[in-house]
Amino acid sequence: MNNDYLNTTGRIFDIQRFSVHDGPGVRTIVFLKGCFLRCKWCCNPESQNHQIETMIVDGKEKIMGRDVTVAEVMEQIEKDRIYYRRSGGGVTLSGGESLAQPDFAAAILRACKEKGINTALESTGCAGYDKIQKLLPYLDLYLMDIKHTNSEKHKQFTSQPNQLILENARKIAADAKKLIIRVPVIPTFNDTEEEIRGIAEFTKSLKTVEELHLLPYHRLGEDKYKGLGRTYELHGIDLIPDEKIQRLKKVVEETGLNCRIGG
Amino acid sequence: MAKYYSKEIVKSPRIDRLKDALFEKAPEIEVERAVLLTESYKQTEGMPTITRRAKAFRHILENLPIIIHEDELVVGSATKSQRGCQIFPEFSFQWIEDEFDTIETRAADPFVLTDDSKKALKEVFAYWKGKTTSELATSYMRSETIDAIDGNVFTPGNYFFNGIGHVTADYDLVLRIGYDGIIKKAKAALSAIDAKKGDAVKRRIFLNAVIESCEAAITFAQRYSKLAYEMAEKCSDPVRREELKTIGKNCSRVPQFGAENFHEACQSFWFVQMLIQTESNGHSISPGRFDIYMYPYYKKDLKNGKITREQAQELVDCVWIKLNSFTKVRDDASAQGFAGYSLFQNLIAGGQDKNGVDTTNDLSFMCLNASMHIMLPQPSLSVRVWNKTPHEFLIRAGELTRTGIGLPAYYNDEVIIPALVSRGLTLEDARQYNIIGCVEPQKMGKTDGWHDAAFFNMLRPLELVFSNGVDNGKQIGIKTGDVNDMTTFCEFYDAYKAQTEYMIELMVDADNAIDLAHMERAPLPFLSSMIEDCIGRGKSVQEGGAIYNFTGPQGFGVANMADGLYAIRKLVFEERQFTLGELKEALANNFGVDSATGDAEKITLEVVKGLASKGVEVSEEQIAGIYKQVVESGASKGSSNKYQKILELINEVPKFGNDDCEIDAFARDVAYTYTKPIEKYKNPRGGIYHAGLYPVSANVPLGAQTGATPDGRLAKTPIADGVSPAAGRDVNGPTASANSVAKLDHYIASNGTLFNMKFHPSALAGPEGLESFVALIRGYFDQKGSHVQFNVVSRETLIEAQKNPEKYKGLVVRVAGYSALFTTLSKSLQDDIINRTEQKGF
Repeated sequence: MNNDYLNTTGRIFDIQRFSVHDGPGVRTIVFLKGCFLRCKWCCNPESQNHQIETMIVDGKEKIMGRDVTVAEVMEQIEKDRIYYRRSGGGVTLSGGESLAQPDFAAAILRACKEKGINTALESTGCAGYDKIQKLLPYLDLYLMDIKHTNSEKHKQFTSQPNQLILENARKIAADAKKLIIRVPVIPTFNDTEEEIRGIAEFTKSLKTVEELHLLPYHRLGEDKYKGLGRTYELHGIDLIPDEKIQRLKKVVEETGLNCRIGG
Repeated sequence: MAKYYSKEIVKSPRIDRLKDALFEKAPEIEVERAVLLTESYKQTEGMPTITRRAKAFRHILENLPIIIHEDELVVGSATKSQRGCQIFPEFSFQWIEDEFDTIETRAADPFVLTDDSKKALKEVFAYWKGKTTSELATSYMRSETIDAIDGNVFTPGNYFFNGIGHVTADYDLVLRIGYDGIIKKAKAALSAIDAKKGDAVKRRIFLNAVIESCEAAITFAQRYSKLAYEMAEKCSDPVRREELKTIGKNCSRVPQFGAENFHEACQSFWFVQMLIQTESNGHSISPGRFDIYMYPYYKKDLKNGKITREQAQELVDCVWIKLNSFTKVRDDASAQGFAGYSLFQNLIAGGQDKNGVDTTNDLSFMCLNASMHIMLPQPSLSVRVWNKTPHEFLIRAGELTRTGIGLPAYYNDEVIIPALVSRGLTLEDARQYNIIGCVEPQKMGKTDGWHDAAFFNMLRPLELVFSNGVDNGKQIGIKTGDVNDMTTFCEFYDAYKAQTEYMIELMVDADNAIDLAHMERAPLPFLSSMIEDCIGRGKSVQEGGAIYNFTGPQGFGVANMADGLYAIRKLVFEERQFTLGELKEALANNFGVDSATGDAEKITLEVVKGLASKGVEVSEEQIAGIYKQVVESGASKGSSNKYQKILELINEVPKFGNDDCEIDAFARDVAYTYTKPIEKYKNPRGGIYHAGLYPVSANVPLGAQTGATPDGRLAKTPIADGVSPAAGRDVNGPTASANSVAKLDHYIASNGTLFNMKFHPSALAGPEGLESFVALIRGYFDQKGSHVQFNVVSRETLIEAQKNPEKYKGLVVRVAGYSALFTTLSKSLQDDIINRTEQKGF
């Protein structure tokens, strides 16, 4: 068998083990570096640029980003196989945006499937569909963000319009083994009942999707902006009260979808 | 269909009332037992020791004050006051006398001690001078052994100054046939003594002592029966009156006869548990498989409609309260090592039967419920996990863990059973194991495991390598040569092994001396009545009457040793960054961390002396000013930079606990330096030695006696706990930490290993949190780890509790092999718990 794909190189900025929020069971998350969007609330700003950069963490300089082969990533992934098996967990590719490095991402997913490891992808879906198609054969679960149905507002907060994303969502819904839609709920951006209902109705229209997750806004990334010498534009906005998120959950459920708060 | 009821059962309001009553007053030392024991001993001079022990036991049980507290359904107390303790001068007493004036105010486990009690104890102690097991043991030891103990290489303090304990008697036997049945067995053995045999006399004396002590137990229960009936008559509340009558009836029947219902079974169990701890003060009297031996009585009552699940749960909860109702006073140093007044009564639920069939039943769940209801450290609740353990049982256990109480601890059948078989247990016995004290496995009713035989500080032999065996100017280790002459890592490692093996030899000398002293001065006829095959062999547990005899001394500091030796191999011998001589100097100067301050103090002192010699008076303020100047001038910095450079290099080297194949494999080998040499030794009871790897909480006080070590650990700071990675060194999350620890050989440490993980409650939140938590345990066990336990509490909560202890009186944390109330722990131990790496789910 040709194992060349194991030598595919890509750029990551972290591998996190024992994650329990991005897909079922105990998971290892591989964070790929580089993203097409610039979401203002992004809690991993160090993920956005493809370039390797320096971030100040606890007063110390830390290099963010390193180039690794698929084989090297697999070595880390395989360490927790026993926990995946016990929990129905596996690997989730996150970012950044894996579709910015489609060959690398596809090779990791392929290697996981060779080893019988469950795979998930956390992605904006904002790329040419040919890139997405490279990944789908090796993917068990696609976790896709839909942030807004209004393209103008989408662009204002993420730097990109949403047409391509919505178009891809329809195709993925038809082609992927399983698709779950995730919505980061951001005050001042998409936290009204109408906006959430809009996303839920779109999701429902995808037919094959049964589940929608609401991810309430948090500020955990704020310090990183400082560490990168960047400005956090959402500074000072409030967190979403629990009652409100519960209300939004009801709005989603009214469309007939299952809704969960948090990943 | 599940054959167990796994749902929650509501708590009776009685339980909170009983719990509140426990904590109304501070723990107090009571003297009746010591006085009665001494009275009896004065009357039995010249008789055989075991006869004297039995007669003293009878005298104590005939006269010990008895008390039935309000709301109790299960009765019997060793002390009048709640959480009180009795004194056992036959083992040692000097330390109590030495601490008369400080015991009320000391940091770890203070006790109230009245002037009257002090006076009574002084009289008692005068009698015991020269008669204790401790004094006899000392006289048996080699002088080199005593030097090594004084040098803090190992501490056999547990049994040196106290009873042995660490046993699970055959509760099942008493439940089935009562002490009447045991007396019958002893009498049958008496009449079967073969007069032709040389040990006939000894057997007779022993069996008579067994009979006398069993009769004493029956007498004690009858006193309670009488008291209960008397109280019933005077009681105006009709409900309580009926309860008292039931108590009166129960105590008239058990433990004399076999139990006929669940309430009687609970009462019988409690008398056994309490009386063993009145005969001797050895702790870790572990109830073991409560859910197995109590089950037939529960099942029968439930089937016949005589009891509801709620009533059964209330009784189990009452037993749990009783297990928290008395304490043990220890000397100050031991109190720090075993902090939290703990008695380590380990009770285990789940597992399999002798045929390898899963035994999880209603009571297994009720044990978890009871700990959830009372939220107190006792019993030290454990659960057995194997491939067929029901998932919902582990989820329920995880719910208990999530409360932050530090219970239960989880044990892996898949490691422990084969490990015990490798030590000579039959497969059937091994399958029925339970845990003693912290983490030590054995078979109930057949074993004298001597489990906590000594703490062996694995770091001290390393210090002895650097000092060529000298400690404080005294040659306590062997001469392994000057480290400057060592040219290969092998040479250095061999020197470490040689120092360790020599110290193990001395530790065995200490343990066997103590073992003999207990055999001669404190055989326990009552306990022996419930351990097979004492009656058959005609000798006490202490003389080798048990089927299985072990001695299990525990090493600790595996992680520090692995990290340290690995750093030496890499930095000194592979990369040649510095020499052993330079490292030795850096260690002696604690990596320069405090030498800067130390030097500044010295210089200041010189300046002040100079001024004083000229007749100048120097005020405190002026001294402070001079000190400040010295520090600012940098005159004291000198060599400390060099040492700090070495420390930085060491800190960069990979550490155990991060799932790094190379260092983890090395750690496995390092653990063998302790676990393997132990295996060749024998004890005086005809059994073998086997190692454990766990520290109780001794890693903190014993760390305070240990200098800086080559893993970058600073002088006097805590040593790594159990087989856990060194505090703060594991940075790759819980699975990485668990994988590393699982790479040690847990089978050979058949006296138990202890892996402590600390979780933030958020890591276990929601159903997903619990599922992942269970997967973590399963995954660690799949890789053949032996034990794991969890502290689930936020760092902030602990810091807050340290600041405002009065608000957090009930905060339970997992200390080491047991849980304790956080606020009762010493400051340094609290700090250690706060500083253990907190694992977060991401």
